[in-house]
Amino acid sequence: MALHLATNTGSDTPIYRQLTDQVRLAVATGKVGVGDQLPSVRALAETLVLNPNTVARAYTDLARDGLIEARAGRGVFITRKRKVFTREEGWRRLEPLLAALIGEALAMDFTREELREAFEKKLSQWRPAKGGKDE
Amino acid sequence: MNEQPVIRTRGLTRYFGPKPAVLELNLEVPRGGVFAFLGRNGSGKTTTIRMLLGLLRPTRGEGEVLGFNTLALPPEARARIGYLTEDHQLYGWMTVRECGQFQARSYPRWNESILRGVLAHFDLNPEAQVKDLSRGERAGLCLGLTLAPEPELLILDDPALGLDPVARRTLIESMVYLTRRSDRTVFFSSHQLADVERVADYIAVLERGVLRACCPLETFRTSVQQVRLRFAGAPPKLPAIPGLLRASRGEGEVRVACMHYNGATEQVLRSLAPIDLELMPISLEDAFLAYLGERGEKSFILSETEGQP
Repeated sequence: MALHLATNTGSDTPIYRQLTDQVRLAVATGKVGVGDQLPSVRALAETLVLNPNTVARAYTDLARDGLIEARAGRGVFITRKRKVFTREEGWRRLEPLLAALIGEALAMDFTREELREAFEKKLSQWRPAKGGKDE
Repeated sequence: MNEQPVIRTRGLTRYFGPKPAVLELNLEVPRGGVFAFLGRNGSGKTTTIRMLLGLLRPTRGEGEVLGFNTLALPPEARARIGYLTEDHQLYGWMTVRECGQFQARSYPRWNESILRGVLAHFDLNPEAQVKDLSRGERAGLCLGLTLAPEPELLILDDPALGLDPVARRTLIESMVYLTRRSDRTVFFSSHQLADVERVADYIAVLERGVLRACCPLETFRTSVQQVRLRFAGAPPKLPAIPGLLRASRGEGEVRVACMHYNGATEQVLRSLAPIDLELMPISLEDAFLAYLGERGEKSFILSETEGQP
């Protein structure tokens, strides 16, 4: 699956972090897998209208963490899937997702019991996306 | 390989009557990349740019551009500098095509395909009369005329002023395009922090003629931090906080923006006994507003103290 990267200015998150976050998330959820190609620094900078140094910085961070690899003359590729988030980071990201889910569900007058059941049902039917890991 | 900055000023000062428009400016713009020159209206940005180009004589101090004193810029150096003014001066009776032909004669190097590319981007008809162009179209034409000589140093004075979002985006794309080559430098003044966030490597902040910051954009961003303190009751009065930029009070909470947040800052804040203390991410715009807000302490982020950009 092609990875669609997008950035927002005016965000609390610096642009290079927005890029690394999206790639990490795509790897973690199996949207992209080993061997998938990312656009070159220059191509991505021109598509997203960003300073190439910003893109380069994001790629450097991702390469340092072992998520991507630049192969000379061939491009940038997703490499072996290592553990993408630390446990602590994972919790930090999960927290707002859970809060949003619960908040919206209760606002729509679902009972706690209904919500619990729906969650259980969805979870039991869940199929991992390509390359995704299931516990 | 050239380590010499493309722009360097020492004590550059200009008075208009008794009032200093620019005061003791020491600015260094490294070669390569995009440098954003920020500040409110009337902070001295245009005055600085005019002095850099030798269009205005400094009251004292001096500036160098591409290694030449600004008061003695030889024509060969001028040909390497592109300058886009705020007010897009053009001859109204010319056609778009004639503007290109006219301008090309002044430059030893002229890349017609760049001009054509920019004109196409702005959807400009070469046969149109300049006097009939819209503001955005004039800006596009001027940009094309400025880029076609492939300047080594491009100086843009508030290029986004009065442009619609599409034209502004085209302008930013051109800036990204120009700096494909690592020896090209763009120096632009702007109020559009979104554009700055997209393209700038370095920023300088001018406030009432005084340089308040000059550093990589990322350094600026990480230097300004925001902390939220929550309290059980009404928040207490704030003590002196090192590097305080701005404090705002809400119901049961205080948000504090400060420079160079560290253990010492945290200790002061903890002494207020908040229920919790949380570092909050801050956008570039909020960081900028906090930095230029009214506050007790003047803090500087200058390259001298922060390491060379």
